Amino acid sequence: MSAPGPMLVRARGLRFAHGSRVIYDDVNVDIARGKVTAIMGPSGSGKTTLLRLIGGQWRPGAGTVEFDGTNVHALGRRALYSLRKRMGMLFQNGALLTDLNVFENVAFPLREQTRLPEPMIRDLVLMKLHAVGLRGARDLFPSQLSGGMSRRVALARAIALDPDLVMFDEPFAGQDPISMGVLMRLIRSLNDALGLTSIVVSHDLQEVLSIADYGYLIADGKVQAQGTADEIRASGHPWVRQFLEGLPDGPVAFHYPATDYAADLLGKAQP
Amino acid sequence: MNGTLSVIQGFLGGLGRAQFFVLQVVASLPSLLLRPRLLVQQLYHVGQLSMIIIVLSGSFVGMVLALQGYRTLIRFGAEESLGVFVALVIIRELGPVVTALLFAGRAGSALAAELGLMRATDQLSAMEMMAVDPVRRVVAPRFLAGVIAMPLLASIFAVMAIGIAGGHAIGVELLGVDAGSYWSQIRASVGMEDIADGLIKSLVFGFAVSWIAVYQGFHAEPTSEGVARATTSTVVISSLSILALDFVLTAFMFK
Repeated sequence: MSAPGPMLVRARGLRFAHGSRVIYDDVNVDIARGKVTAIMGPSGSGKTTLLRLIGGQWRPGAGTVEFDGTNVHALGRRALYSLRKRMGMLFQNGALLTDLNVFENVAFPLREQTRLPEPMIRDLVLMKLHAVGLRGARDLFPSQLSGGMSRRVALARAIALDPDLVMFDEPFAGQDPISMGVLMRLIRSLNDALGLTSIVVSHDLQEVLSIADYGYLIADGKVQAQGTADEIRASGHPWVRQFLEGLPDGPVAFHYPATDYAADLLGKAQP
Repeated sequence: MNGTLSVIQGFLGGLGRAQFFVLQVVASLPSLLLRPRLLVQQLYHVGQLSMIIIVLSGSFVGMVLALQGYRTLIRFGAEESLGVFVALVIIRELGPVVTALLFAGRAGSALAAELGLMRATDQLSAMEMMAVDPVRRVVAPRFLAGVIAMPLLASIFAVMAIGIAGGHAIGVELLGVDAGSYWSQIRASVGMEDIADGLIKSLVFGFAVSWIAVYQGFHAEPTSEGVARATTSTVVISSLSILALDFVLTAFMFK
C-alpha cells in the first residue's frame, strides 16, 4: 500500500444530472486530510449531491470519486459498505431513528457493526455523548429534542465508529445564534481532537468560512471559486460577492426568466 | 392510444420493480433468525395492535350473519343449521377477506406511513451511510410480521364471529337456536379442507398487503405529499388486490 497522500477524497471530472437538470458539469474537488473543508453554494446547487456521491449512495454520470485511493463507485456492495464504516454523515435534520432514544441512536452503529460487550458500548456511547454535551439527555426521544440538539446527537452517532471522514449536510440551517455557535465550535474542535477530516456543506458563508481551512464555492454546475477562507473572502468573483454580501441581484438573478416586462403588460391577455 | 400504452408500460414497470423488491426482502429473511427480537417487536406492532379492531368487527359480522341467516333458514324450518351457515361463510370467505381489508387499513397503512416517514426524514439514507442495509434491518422484519400476523388475525376473527360474541350470541342466546345443534352441525359439516382454504387465503392476503405496504412506503417520494400518497395507495391497491385474489383463489378452490 502506498503512503497516504495529502488528499483523503479526490473527485475528478464529476458530472451529475437529475433528469434533464444538470447539477454538476465537470467538477473537481479535493478534500485534504485532517482539515475542515467547506462546500458552499446557493440552494439547489447540489451541495448535498456531492456528499451522496462521496458516500456512494448516488452514481455520477461521469467522473470518479476516490476515497483514500479507492474508487468509490467501482466497489461491490460489500466493499462499499465496509468503506462506509470509515465515513460518518450528519444529515440536515439529524435523521435520528425516531423509535430509539438518544442513547440507542448513538449505540446503533456500534450494535450493528461491532460485537462489543454491553458495558463497553455503554462507555463508548457516554463518551461520545459527553463530547457533544448531551450525556444528560441520553433517555430523551428524538421528538423531545430541539433542532440543534438533534444535530449534536447525530454528530455523536456519526463519530461513534471513529471514522476518518465526517460529512455535515447544512449543519447550521435554521439554527439560532447560540446553537449555531455550539455546532461551529464542535465541528472544529472534534475535527482537531479526534484527527478527523470534515466536509461542511453550507450556504452560511461567513459562519462556515470562520471554521474552514479551505473552501469551494459551487454554483451553476461548476466550481466558481476555491481557496483558503481569506482567499475566498478577498476574491472579487461576482458569485462570491453576491453571496458574501447577500445581494438580491447578480449571477443569481432576482427575476425568474420571463418575457419582456413592457411587452408582457401591453400584450394581449392570454386566454 | 399513446396514453393508454404509457399507462400500461408504467404499470408493468412498477410491477417489475415491486417483484424485484420483494425478492430482495425475501432473500434477507434468513438474517432474522439471528435477531428474532426485531421480528417480535414488529409482530407486536402489526399483529397485537390490530387485535381490537379485528375482535370487534369479527363480533359484529358474526351477529349480522346470524340475524340474516336465521330469517332465511327459518322459512325452510332449517334454523338448526344456522351454525353451519355462519361457520362456512366466515371460515371460507368473510373471515379472510374482511380481516385482510381491515388489516390493510390498520397495519398496512401504518407500515407504509412509517417507512415513508423514515424515507422522508433521511432515516433510511442515514442507515445506508452507517453501512446498515435498511431492507434487512427495517423492511424484512415488518414484512415477515405481516405475513405471520394475517392468518392469526383471521383465525381470531373467525372464532369471534362464529362463537363467543358473534353468531352464537345472536343465534343461540337471542333467537333460541339449540346450542347442541348449533355446534354439532358445525362439527359435522366443516371439514379440514374448509379451514385449510381459509388459512391459505389469509396467508396469500397477508403476503400481498405486506408486500404492497413495504414497497409503497420504502419507495415513497421523500416529501409529506409522498408519504400521504404512499399511505393512500397502500390501502387502495391492497383492497383491490385482496378482492381480485379472493376471486382467483375461490375459483381454484371451488371444485
